[in-house]
Amino acid sequence: MKHNPLRNAFVFLLAFGAVGYGAGLGIDRLVTGDFHFSGAVAAAFALLFSVAAFFFGLYGYRGVTRGLTFQVVGMFAGALFVTLIRALMGLKAFDAFLFSEPAWVFGGLVGAIAFLFGVGVVSDWMKWARGIDTPEHHEDEPGWRKFFGVSLDHKVIGIQYTVTALFLISVGGLFALIFRTELAESQLQFLTENLRLFDQSGPQLYNTLMSLHGMIMIVSILLGIAGIMNYAVPMLIGARDMAFPRLNAFAYWLSVPAIMLLLMSLVLGGFDTGWTGYPPLSARAPVGMQMFFLGVFVAGWSSILGGLNVIATTLRMRAKGMSPFRLPILVWSALAASIIQLTATQLIGLSFQLVMFQRLFDMGFFDPAKGGNPVLFQHLFWFYSHPVVYVFVLPGLGVISELLPVFARKPLFGYRWVALSSLGIATVGSIVWAHHMFASGMNEYLRVPFMYSTMLVAVPTGVKFFSWVATLWGGKIETPTPMLFVLGSIVVFLFGGVTGPPNAMVALNLHLHDTYWVVGHFHDTIFGGFVFPFFAALYYWFPKATGRRMNEFWGKVHFWLMTPSFLVLTFGMMFIGLRGMRRRIVDYDPAQGFDHAQLILTICAFLIAISILIFLINFFRSIKHGEVATGNVWKSRSPEWQVPSPMPAHNYDVPFEVVGEPYDYGLAGSKYIEFAADGAGKKH
Amino acid sequence: MRKIVALSVAVLLVTWLLIVGLDAAHVMPVEASTQAVSVDWMWKLMEIVMSFLTALILVPMFYSLVVFRRRKGETGEGVHVDGNTKLELIWTAIPLVAVVVFAILGGGNLADVLRQDPNAMVVKVTGHQWSWKFEYPTDPETGLTVVSDELHLPVGQQVLLLMTSSDVIHSFWVPEFRLKQDLVPGRFTKLTITPSEVGNYAVRCAELCGTSHAYMENPVIVSTRDDYSAWLSSKIQEAKVAATDPVGFGEILVKQNGCVACHSITGAAGIGPTWLNLFGATVKLSDGTTVTADQAYLTESIKEPQAKIVANFTTQMPTYGFTDDQIAALVAYIETLK
Repeated sequence: MKHNPLRNAFVFLLAFGAVGYGAGLGIDRLVTGDFHFSGAVAAAFALLFSVAAFFFGLYGYRGVTRGLTFQVVGMFAGALFVTLIRALMGLKAFDAFLFSEPAWVFGGLVGAIAFLFGVGVVSDWMKWARGIDTPEHHEDEPGWRKFFGVSLDHKVIGIQYTVTALFLISVGGLFALIFRTELAESQLQFLTENLRLFDQSGPQLYNTLMSLHGMIMIVSILLGIAGIMNYAVPMLIGARDMAFPRLNAFAYWLSVPAIMLLLMSLVLGGFDTGWTGYPPLSARAPVGMQMFFLGVFVAGWSSILGGLNVIATTLRMRAKGMSPFRLPILVWSALAASIIQLTATQLIGLSFQLVMFQRLFDMGFFDPAKGGNPVLFQHLFWFYSHPVVYVFVLPGLGVISELLPVFARKPLFGYRWVALSSLGIATVGSIVWAHHMFASGMNEYLRVPFMYSTMLVAVPTGVKFFSWVATLWGGKIETPTPMLFVLGSIVVFLFGGVTGPPNAMVALNLHLHDTYWVVGHFHDTIFGGFVFPFFAALYYWFPKATGRRMNEFWGKVHFWLMTPSFLVLTFGMMFIGLRGMRRRIVDYDPAQGFDHAQLILTICAFLIAISILIFLINFFRSIKHGEVATGNVWKSRSPEWQVPSPMPAHNYDVPFEVVGEPYDYGLAGSKYIEFAADGAGKKH
Repeated sequence: MRKIVALSVAVLLVTWLLIVGLDAAHVMPVEASTQAVSVDWMWKLMEIVMSFLTALILVPMFYSLVVFRRRKGETGEGVHVDGNTKLELIWTAIPLVAVVVFAILGGGNLADVLRQDPNAMVVKVTGHQWSWKFEYPTDPETGLTVVSDELHLPVGQQVLLLMTSSDVIHSFWVPEFRLKQDLVPGRFTKLTITPSEVGNYAVRCAELCGTSHAYMENPVIVSTRDDYSAWLSSKIQEAKVAATDPVGFGEILVKQNGCVACHSITGAAGIGPTWLNLFGATVKLSDGTTVTADQAYLTESIKEPQAKIVANFTTQMPTYGFTDDQIAALVAYIETLK
């Protein structure tokens, strides 16, 4: 009898979730002498068991399942090891969440490393170390199964990144819906003081969900752009794969244990600092804080290595004749984003690691009582965390510039200016970090230069906007779903952009800082700079990946439901923010009169969620049932569309040479690329 | 050329409509300080900037989407124009000049809100999880210092808030005063406010500070100079009485430190256990044991809040550094809550 793997997966998820819950409950009972039915330990066991079992049901004991099993075993082995040492030293062996904090941290680290061995992403390197040779390429399994194990093909890894990002976006969105529902009305409705879940009261759970919403969305965006860059960059520049395929797979598989650690932070008591994790608050939060730090640390490694790979690939593996100013424009912004990823990510890892050590080893880096400085943390943190927003938006802006000429049927206006403005944004964006700290108590006068540098970001960003409008001018504009999302990106990102300068003016910033105004502003920048372009890219390259296209009607429903809801949501946020609505609060004073506005915001959030659900159904259905589209669906000049879809394993059978400008739409007889006529240099 | 003129007119028209709309929406709260006037001046300027930039991009964009759309049955491509260096230079140079202008305006605006009066009244502010404490200037006659959980300010008098935190970072924000400043443990930060409107406001913590961050909210009362003096002398009177009566002293301490933010005196549920009928009662602890809430237990729980945690409570209470006299007064007060 043939079983449906997906059904198996859910049966295993439920069954092993129950087993894990029971085991956690029992062990907790043994240690504490009490049953904690909604406690952290039972939930942690249930989470770990059910996720691993889900993939076992789907895929069997190999690939990701083996990795997760190794992670669970590694985590407990590491934790027990520290517990044993503590017991021998006469320290408290067990704590509120079964293991002590140092045991959980060490276990988390061992588990993440064990995952990499389990999934098999380091096995080639291990073999080389022992002097055993391995083949250059590994053949992938046919069908969907290749996505659940280690593959070295950049297109498979790109899709792995993308689908993982979609999963995480759904999780982060679900968290937002939970607290958005609580916020629909003043006073506490269901996240009350009396609630106890994962050893957290209602307001504490709100803080955890709100904090995780932030970081899970950030990680999902990093995975999303890694998906776009991995899938598109080698194809666009005519390379067979990324420069370092094994490192590429390694970077992707790092993100999976990182996600598990982030989810562990929810159940292990949570944390209440927001995604920013400012000490001294983060030095006092429950164990969940440490799992969060560890998760971000591991995800950061993934981002650094991914960035390195994109830079090396772009610099070394371009097709013949592809000079810098004949690169597809998306590659320019991918390059700019990757430079930031490679050079700035260390700072968030470092700042979180310092707090981690402050908690574990009592090192008072940020503890004023020990001569530490809490404001120093904020500098270290924002030195990455501001530039990273350009990692989010630059590839998105690149997608806009890449797709606009295709659908306007006109060359990209001012190619060189658009290309260099990406580097300009990345450069200026690296010297503006302290504008997040105007109210922090840092030196008063230091605020002035940061105000100047912040305003300077407007110049290269303006160049992009003007060039886009000029590209549309005089075109023959077509508006299928990808183009709708490109146009939506421009509008939404414009609102994110124009609400930026008020934040830069220091005196006005002291009113706007830490309010819903800022929440509205950055959601506009992230949706316009990442979410809308990400959807545009998915609708656009879907046929390239699958040989089928997504349903056009449901694509348009997705767009026309999401865009107005989202605009109302962010305008509403900005409005109540100006009136005095603070960020990150579980409840607001009914006397401030925000109830009606908050209800509207919640309704908009649900409408957005429905539109994303429509997208997800369309996405997964179209893989099998979409209209067949193996040709150049969008009549694009770009090299990947000159060969039939789906793209074969090692990309172009015959190498191509760049013979013209990339976006010369409307120039009769012009060509961007030419394939070697006699198949000369045909790849093996 | 006619297209360009028509578009320019449309851009200006849309800019004007947006400014009028934003103005009519009254997005800012009441202006209750002289600093708010400066901040709002900058906001008005920014309304113009935001409206203009929005119109400048959206008007030609939507114009193009309508005029240059591919019509049914139409074939062919758009016009082959791939750039214009002169235009690119213009739309790089003009924003650069604008940035310089706004840099100068922004600097001047900041200087306006920071301007300090040498005769400013100094109030010491301490933030702690999850309440505010305000220390007024020492009364020269009695030598007594009024400490309150309410911020009372005389109208028209500049006040210099000298702020610190006893635990985590907090942020002082009264939306009607506009300005915001973090309170950082281990250092003092400053904020100058000149209240200009009599009225009742609230200071709410704007920097996430833990479980009850949302409720870290205390009254701010701006009154006439006479009302303010009357309030201050009544408080000095109270302090004199309190010095001779431990229960009264305890009650004042409870008010000053915002204890009721977590511990209700009415029996209502809260972040910490209620104090109603607490004294002498039997308390179940999180480790399963029980204890009688006597003088010794209450003293220990105030001095070392983590020593014994009551069952079903998770939040860790901070230490406050009370003197023995103060603790005795607090316990005496709790004893009266029957």
